[in-house]
Formats: sequence, structure tokens, C-alpha cells
Amino acid sequence: MINDILWPVAILGGLAIFFGIVLAYASKKFAVETDPKIDEVRAVLPGANCGACGYPGCDGLAEAIASGKASVNACPVGGVDVANKVAEIMGVTAEETERMVARVICGGDCDNAKEKYEYQGIEDCKAAEILAGGSKSCRFGCTGLGTCERLCPFDAIHVVNGVAVVDEEKCTACKICIEACPKQIIELVPVSKMVRVLCKNTDKGKAVVEVCKVGCIGCQKCVKACQFDAMTFENNLAKIDYSKCTNCMVCAEVCPTKTIYADFSRRKKAYIDQELCIGCTICKKQCKFDAIEGELKQKHKVLEDKCTGCGQCAIKCPKKCIEMR
Amino acid sequence: MKLVIILLSAIFVNNFVLSRFLGICPFLGVSKKVETAVGMGLAVTFVMALASVMTWIVQILVLDVLGIAYLQTIAFILVIAGLVQFVEMVIKKTSPTLYQALGVYLPLITTNCAVLGVAILNIDEGYNLVETLINGIGGALGFTLAIVLFAGIRERLETAPYPKALEGFPIALITASLMSIAFLGFSGLL
Repeated sequence: MINDILWPVAILGGLAIFFGIVLAYASKKFAVETDPKIDEVRAVLPGANCGACGYPGCDGLAEAIASGKASVNACPVGGVDVANKVAEIMGVTAEETERMVARVICGGDCDNAKEKYEYQGIEDCKAAEILAGGSKSCRFGCTGLGTCERLCPFDAIHVVNGVAVVDEEKCTACKICIEACPKQIIELVPVSKMVRVLCKNTDKGKAVVEVCKVGCIGCQKCVKACQFDAMTFENNLAKIDYSKCTNCMVCAEVCPTKTIYADFSRRKKAYIDQELCIGCTICKKQCKFDAIEGELKQKHKVLEDKCTGCGQCAIKCPKKCIEMR
Repeated sequence: MKLVIILLSAIFVNNFVLSRFLGICPFLGVSKKVETAVGMGLAVTFVMALASVMTWIVQILVLDVLGIAYLQTIAFILVIAGLVQFVEMVIKKTSPTLYQALGVYLPLITTNCAVLGVAILNIDEGYNLVETLINGIGGALGFTLAIVLFAGIRERLETAPYPKALEGFPIALITASLMSIAFLGFSGLL
């Protein structure tokens, strides 16, 4: 009786131990030298093996990142956290890994842009594009039929009042909408840059006014207003150089057609920690908007209604006592 | 002569996928491209031949001797899993090119029912060691044949017009069943 139980247990256990020992030996004997970074990167990836990055599972991506074929923020699921950890392992600074989001460069919604004709074809931007470039008078603008909305795997883009709008929380910068848009008006931009020129119309000002209330008319007020040389003007369009933009939003304030959009509720203000400030006047000299007052050796003060939140004072402060919030 | 009959029977008449319905999972899963189907087929051939021999040895020398043949299934799974792991390590070390071709498929077939099936069928049929090896290779070649043909058809289906409701797995299953009926024609071969 007891043998009927003991033998099978012994045999199966014996087989298992035998294979275990053989495999343990083999894993040492046949060990292949791999880049230790692959294992480290693999450890911080989410491990869902979803394949959204385009590689066969997290192992494949880890290998690609370690060998430099994929960028450190290639995992769309992990987002910024994972990208930062991977960047740390790979020894790149986190600045290069800033999360990108898609943005639809058009403000011509149903209220702003005039219709050219009534489109009754199939609900697809590409189909509408064939019919004289869509129903909107502006041949550059969003057709608003939502091909991008249907293709987005993350539910991050929606047509609101005739124009596609990206939900930046959900967007993973997978570029599917960018490739699908027949008007090519979706672009990837750094998520922290809150100012955007919402127009792609390269026509002259008069022609733009005729088709859309919020089109760029080429007045170049923004170019003059920008204190950081971030605004350029080419092809009858204002264009922001995001590597120079400081989110001061001055361009959005001066734009007469409100083509330049900025979310003023997210505008930051500088605050000087009075205990740490040594009165060096560096911030005062730095400020392009005369928003900081105070004499040498005295505590400085920020004039809130003049501060645009560009953050230049905080970068230059030697005592790091200026906080942007 | 018997060996030839066993080989042909395993490839055509008793094709593992299309008449025994074993190994359906990789058959449907890894058959979107001919290239990957060939890779999978090669990996299965490799593992099936090895596993047939190893399980036969374990059955005859261990399980039968001790009279615990009822532990066949679990013991075979153990043997096959250990074997595949071992083989994977050896290939990774000795031949990186072969590992590139087979590597990703090897773990997939660790506990594949076609591999376990061939091992158990060998014992049930009372084959000797050589017959076991031939049956293993034949079964795997049959699997390769089926999956490569199937992948070829699926590649063409990509561009073929068929009702949208059948897109994806439905049309794949219909194709597989038609192939299965076609393979019934081989039943008069032997």
C-alpha cells in the first residue's frame, strides 16, 4: 500500500530533480554572455508583453533599447515613469525623454470655419478628402469626420464640434492618427509645451479670413511679442520652436484672431522664498517683463500681474529660491 | 517497409493537425506568414523527434519496469519540458543562427499537445525505438506540411474578397476545416 504511493512520488521527484540538476548545470555551462543592461531594462518594463511598442514582447523591447535600436521612451504603456527609469539605466538624461503627445493643428470648428458644401458621403476623412478636399472652406483644416477617432487604440482623440481634439492624458504618441490623417494636421509635440498655433493655412491673410475666423492671418504680432526668439514666421504661418518656448503665453495674449491657443489657467507664477533670497538682483535683470522688483541686498518681490510664468528667473537664481507654481 | 508505412501514415493519412486535431493552437496562432510557419514547423520537427525518443526511453526503462505506467502523462510532460529547455540552452550557445530561427518558437511547443500526443501514441502502438523516431519525425513533417500550406492560403486570403463578418479567425477556421476534408482523400493511400 505505502509502496503504491512512495514509488511514484520517488520516481517523479527523482526525474524532476534529475532534470533540475541537468538544467542548472546547462544554464552555467551554456550561459551566453548578454548585455546586463538588457536584464535591467527588462526589469523596469511593465511586463505585459502587449506588443504595443512593435517588438515581440517586453524582452524584445529590452534588447532593442539596450542595443540602441529603440529609444528609452519606446514603451507606450509605461509612460513617463518607465521612460525615466529606463533612461537612468541607459545613462541618458530624462530631458530627452519628455513625453510627446499628438496635437491637432486646427481650430476651425463648426463655429469658426465656413462650410463649402454639405457632405453626405461615408463618414471617413479620406473619402471626404477626395471630394474637393472635404466640406470645409479651408482646404488645410480638419474635416472632422473622425477617421483618427476610430483608429485610436487608446480612446485619446475625439471630434468635438467638427474638429478632432487629443486627450493628452490618454495619448501615447503611437502616431497612428498622424499617419491616418489625410490633411496631415496632427503633430507630435512635448506635452509640457502649452502654447500652440492652431492653423495650417499657408494662404495669405485675406484668403484665410474668408474661410475661417481663427486662421493665422500673418500679422506677425506674436513674432514681435516673443522675448525668447521662439516664434518664427514662414509660409504665411506663425510657428513655435518648442526648444525655445518657455510657456510665457505672451504670443497667445497678443494674437488678434486667437489662432494661438494657450490654457491660461495653467499659467505659472514665480514665487520667491523670502528666507532664502539674498537680494542679488540676478532674477530682476533676467526678467524680460519687469515683473520682479527689489534693490540690491534686499529681498526681491514678484509682481504677480506682470509675471508670465516663463521661469527664466527660477533657472538663473543662484540660491534656487524661486519656485514656479 | 514498415518504416515507410509509418512515415507516410504519420505525414498524410493520420496528419496530426488535420486528422488527429492535435496542435491546433500553434496551427492557428503561428500561421499568418509562411516564413514564421516554416520556423515553427522546423522547431516542432526538432522537438518531436527528440521527445519521441526520450519519452520512449523513459517509458520502457523507468515506468514499465516499476509498473507505474499510469504516470505516463505527467512524466512525459516533465521530460518534454526539461528537454526543450535543455535543447534551447544548447542551441543558444552552439548555434546563434539556428537559435534566431527556432528560438522564439521553442518555448511555445514545450507543452504542445501534438508533442505529447506523438509520445503517447508511440507507446500505445507498441513501436520500437527506430519506429518511434520515424513516427515522431513523420508526425512533425505532417505538422509542418499542414501549417505551411495553411499559412500560404492565409497569406492569399489577406487580399481575397470575403464577407467582412468572417474576417480573422472565422475564415481561418473555415479554411482549416476545408483543408481537413481535403486531407481525408489520403485515407485510401495505405
